[in-house]
Amino acid sequence: MKKIVLMGNPNVGKSVVFSRLTGAQVIASNYPGTTVDFSKGKMRLDGDLVEIVDAPGTYSLESSNKAEEVAVKMLGKADLIVNVIDATNLERNLFLTLELLESKKPVVVALNMWDETKHLGINIDVEKLEQFLKVPVMPMVALTGEGVNELVGRFNSACAPEGMKTKSEEERWVEIGHIIKKVQHVTHRHHTIWDMIADATIKPATGMPIAIITILISFWIVRNIGENLIGYVFEPLFDLYTPFAMSMSNWLGHGFLHDLFIGKLIDGEIEYVESMGLLTTGLFVPFGMVLPYIIAFYLMLAVLEDSGYLPRLATLMDTLFHKLGMHGHGIVPVFLGLGCNVPGALSIRTMETRKQRFISATLMAISVPCMAQIAMIFGILGPHDLVYVLMVFVTLMMIYVLVGLTLNRYVMGESPEIFLEIPPYRMPSAITILKKTWMRIRWFLTEAIPFLFLGVLIVNVLYAIGFLEWLGVLFAPITEGWLGLPKEATAALLVGFLRKDLAIGMLLPLGMTAMQLVIAATILTIYFPCVATFAVLLKELGVRDMIKSMVIMIVTALSVGGAMNFILIGA
Amino acid sequence: MILVETAITDIETGKAATIIKLSGGYTFQRRLRTMGVREGKIIRVITKHPLNGPLVVEVENRKTTIGRRMAQRIMVEV
Repeated sequence: MKKIVLMGNPNVGKSVVFSRLTGAQVIASNYPGTTVDFSKGKMRLDGDLVEIVDAPGTYSLESSNKAEEVAVKMLGKADLIVNVIDATNLERNLFLTLELLESKKPVVVALNMWDETKHLGINIDVEKLEQFLKVPVMPMVALTGEGVNELVGRFNSACAPEGMKTKSEEERWVEIGHIIKKVQHVTHRHHTIWDMIADATIKPATGMPIAIITILISFWIVRNIGENLIGYVFEPLFDLYTPFAMSMSNWLGHGFLHDLFIGKLIDGEIEYVESMGLLTTGLFVPFGMVLPYIIAFYLMLAVLEDSGYLPRLATLMDTLFHKLGMHGHGIVPVFLGLGCNVPGALSIRTMETRKQRFISATLMAISVPCMAQIAMIFGILGPHDLVYVLMVFVTLMMIYVLVGLTLNRYVMGESPEIFLEIPPYRMPSAITILKKTWMRIRWFLTEAIPFLFLGVLIVNVLYAIGFLEWLGVLFAPITEGWLGLPKEATAALLVGFLRKDLAIGMLLPLGMTAMQLVIAATILTIYFPCVATFAVLLKELGVRDMIKSMVIMIVTALSVGGAMNFILIGA
Repeated sequence: MILVETAITDIETGKAATIIKLSGGYTFQRRLRTMGVREGKIIRVITKHPLNGPLVVEVENRKTTIGRRMAQRIMVEV
């Protein structure tokens, strides 16, 4: 099958072009480095099925991070290259274009974001550009789909440009200067009030307060959407479901099957969080407690991503993150990780060095709880007092900074400085945001819920054979003696490997005090990532670094847990 | 007019200058150039973050955040 590879600088809209061509849905955002691995899709071209590959963005064919390496590898396998260019940024995009032309592969150039050139006062002579590059050039607007069919129409006529010699870097820049002079005309544009507002969000004096307000408002919105979805949608649904579950319970009678599907009745009633049956807790935790917050979080994240705010936040946070051995881009794994640690772990590829990747992966695994877990922390601690919820988060933030400072000192290697393009602000489109949110929710439904069911199943089996009790006794010196928790909490730590949300739910029937719950919830975040995250981290870090990372996690969990027990409870 | 060669980090916030020379490693220089920071371009300092934090510069209407030590390798003249 013919292979068409999309290549271009970061944040030029390759993923949007990819979606347009294949109809496949991939995540696209307004910040560089959203695509860290390639995605494949298929499209029909004159009746033949061809494969389309969306490569990560790269500034040149000499890669400077792992994501770019992937892009360069994809080039070798291409039968046709679609070079996606940001038309508002023609000059610097042409460097990669010239490199691609020298690769002696057929190239078609897609001049994306064509609509934005007009109000930026940029005028590009497409015909002349075609003459210079000797390959088809097609203006387009991937977001609206304008020009997509015309682009596809040129795929078959594309051939490798003739007489392209390999040039030195300097020669390329000279040629680009020459081309730009002939094909592009820019009318000078004065700075508007909008530019001043945009600048205010990146200057420290104004940007910091704006960042704090933005983050607080975002959390407030997430909480409100989440709570309202629970109160008005999901809880009423479960109220309708309860009579059905109760009759199921009566029909099953007593015994293992009842325990497995319905779980334990408490005062003759189903308690959705505590009963621990597949059809009670197994459904309620994901749908009644976690999903509403997942929806809320991903809606908010999509708005932040597509507006172009995240690179600005990265700039503002750079000084702090540099002290932790990373640079400002380190906020990306944190933000993605707050949704789910798996995409967070994947995004560490955009960091340049091993040291940065190791630190950002370890810190994320230790102190960034995913939304499923956060929802459950709110669920069990919220009824006590919001102060307790806050205690968990403040502790985790402190750990992030303290462990980061330590790792920066002792992990060998370079931590290069930030070097990040700041994209212009864009108005997020409602349809794109809904689509993207849906894709991420679908991921949660298909990937996370099976694990949750598996978790409930395992708990029931292990409980029935007496393993959990045995494990509790075995670890009692640590849980009871050191952490000040009931020995049954060991079971939650075990289940936490599978799903942390379920694990936190398991703390509820243990009758702990609010302080004990704070300690348990914090340790559950720190001690180990869930199995899905673990698998990704292992792949990204390699066995040796993963083992080091795990040692750090366990040591941190034990020392923080012990310290909290000492300070909060005074053991 | 006397031209003074200086690093972009010494340019006042809000002021512009012309890039005359890049120093530092080969890969680093190429990255700067592919991100638009090249000899002959006019570069404006949008902001400098405190505590040796990064600079935000603008070249041809595009903003880039650059770490302080990297920025010291961008020589400009006013």
